[in-house]
Amino acid sequence: MEIGLSHYLAVAAVLFTLGLFGIFLNRRNVIVILMSVELMLLAVNINLVSFSAFLQDLTGQIFAMFVLTVAAAEAAIGLAILVVFYRNRASIEVDDVSNMKG
Amino acid sequence: MFDTSAFAPALPEIALATSVLALMMVGVFSDPKKALGRVSFLAVLVLVGTAALVVITGTDYRVGFGGLFIVDSFAVYMKILVLIAALCGLVMSDGYIRREGMARFEYPILLCFATLGMLMMISANDLMSLYIGLELQSLSLYVVAAFQRDQLRSTEAGLKYFVLGALSSGLLLYGCSLIYGFAGTTNFVALAHEMATMESAPTGLIVGLVFLSAGLAFKISAVPFHMWTPDVYEGSPTSVTAFFAVAPKIAAMSLILRVMLGPFGDLIAEWQQIIWFISVASMILGAFAAIAQTNIKRLMAYSSIGHVGYALMGLAAGTEDGAGSVMLYLAIYLVMNIGTFAVILSMKIKDRMVENISDLAGLSKTRPGMALALMLFMFSMAGIPPLAGFFGKFFVFSAAIDAGLIYLAIIGAVTSVVSAFYYLRIIKVMYFDEADETLDAMEGKAMKGILLVSSLAILVFILLPQTLAGYAATAAASLFAG
Repeated sequence: MEIGLSHYLAVAAVLFTLGLFGIFLNRRNVIVILMSVELMLLAVNINLVSFSAFLQDLTGQIFAMFVLTVAAAEAAIGLAILVVFYRNRASIEVDDVSNMKG
Repeated sequence: MFDTSAFAPALPEIALATSVLALMMVGVFSDPKKALGRVSFLAVLVLVGTAALVVITGTDYRVGFGGLFIVDSFAVYMKILVLIAALCGLVMSDGYIRREGMARFEYPILLCFATLGMLMMISANDLMSLYIGLELQSLSLYVVAAFQRDQLRSTEAGLKYFVLGALSSGLLLYGCSLIYGFAGTTNFVALAHEMATMESAPTGLIVGLVFLSAGLAFKISAVPFHMWTPDVYEGSPTSVTAFFAVAPKIAAMSLILRVMLGPFGDLIAEWQQIIWFISVASMILGAFAAIAQTNIKRLMAYSSIGHVGYALMGLAAGTEDGAGSVMLYLAIYLVMNIGTFAVILSMKIKDRMVENISDLAGLSKTRPGMALALMLFMFSMAGIPPLAGFFGKFFVFSAAIDAGLIYLAIIGAVTSVVSAFYYLRIIKVMYFDEADETLDAMEGKAMKGILLVSSLAILVFILLPQTLAGYAATAAASLFAG
């Protein structure tokens, strides 16, 4: 079987959906949310790179580089905020992030 | 040797970026006690200088960085709004951050970085520069939301903002990747050309557009992507809320205007329904959910959701008039919100910050000036003539009616009446309820100055609506020139 563009897109779509559901259905731990966000961004990268290869165009790969860079910064900031939250709440359970309700 | 013409259009941004980096060094090498004062002062100068550069370099159409970066009169108009918002936000926070034990010099620096991100968003001419600008802004804002790091509320606001912001970036990026794949380019001009020559848009492209608009709707906190707004507004330090309520909204709104009307202008049949729905839902939620609020920061969050709905009404029209009316609306929104937050930031009883609406009781007797100004802003937000807020709504409504969106305008008028209820309630509390405790007097010349200027601007707008609408119209025309 020839592996074509649609297979890559399908993998990316599945990963993206997993990430999305990981954020919404996960009721346990904020770290899992951070992992899910990372999964979404990686799905986007698969998309970008496979389109780039398919279109014979470099833009997608450059875009993927930017996404990787920003994802690293985002993870760093997310973890930093999580640490200050933990200091105040002594917990990182998703259900404990509920001081304010609206 | 080295061709600088490609970088010239981004001169204000480059100047801002290098100065902020220099400011960081100033902060690090200053005496810790003096660092905040020194850096704040310099940051104000830097922002004023950037605004001057934006004005001096002019509104001619220029493209830099190989098509990634664009300057036109739309960009200049929006950048000036953002810079005014950032400047006022910075000046207003000074007293607050000292009182609340968050007097660290990183605060003005992070606000400047967020502003830099916003300027890049406004000038984005490519999906890549759109993303980079957006993330520079968001990453700085996540940190300032959690800046009161020993307070549970602030860190929780930061965490919520981060998680939902990262989710929205993910949606936006997925949309970008699909658009890139199905149109073969990320450049806005090339995309517009592609759309114009395409017989029918492929489904993948439409799906990409939907994801992209969902991501952008998150950033302007339009319903159904608004759920982070009330919590983040309530939990963040008030000075940060004042900043959140204005500058990022304007930047994200200009992004959504440029993306929808520029590259996807020919797909209006596809996105008009989405924007119509988002606009209606935001107006309705903004009007009804705010009624039950007791915390004024939370109330302002719902109020800003409602205002975003009105602004989107002009975009739903999809015409040049519509875009112009959105831009005018944003300018008026900026002034009203800055004034209101100047009052909210001054709400303290015996040096303790308070933020309940009931704390305003009897303000008309104890602090008549503050009460009068807040009454003006509330009347203006409710859209009562002859104040500026009325004209903002008027232009947006008439653009929607001209475009044949009668139902949208009717729903807008109804929700505007409903929202008048909670704006008038604040006035009732200030003027007719008995005071238990007296609010402290307003501190600081800058704060008083901002309050005075913004209330005057709301009042005298009636004398020159055509001039200002003219600026907005010229700027809007440049969006359609390409």
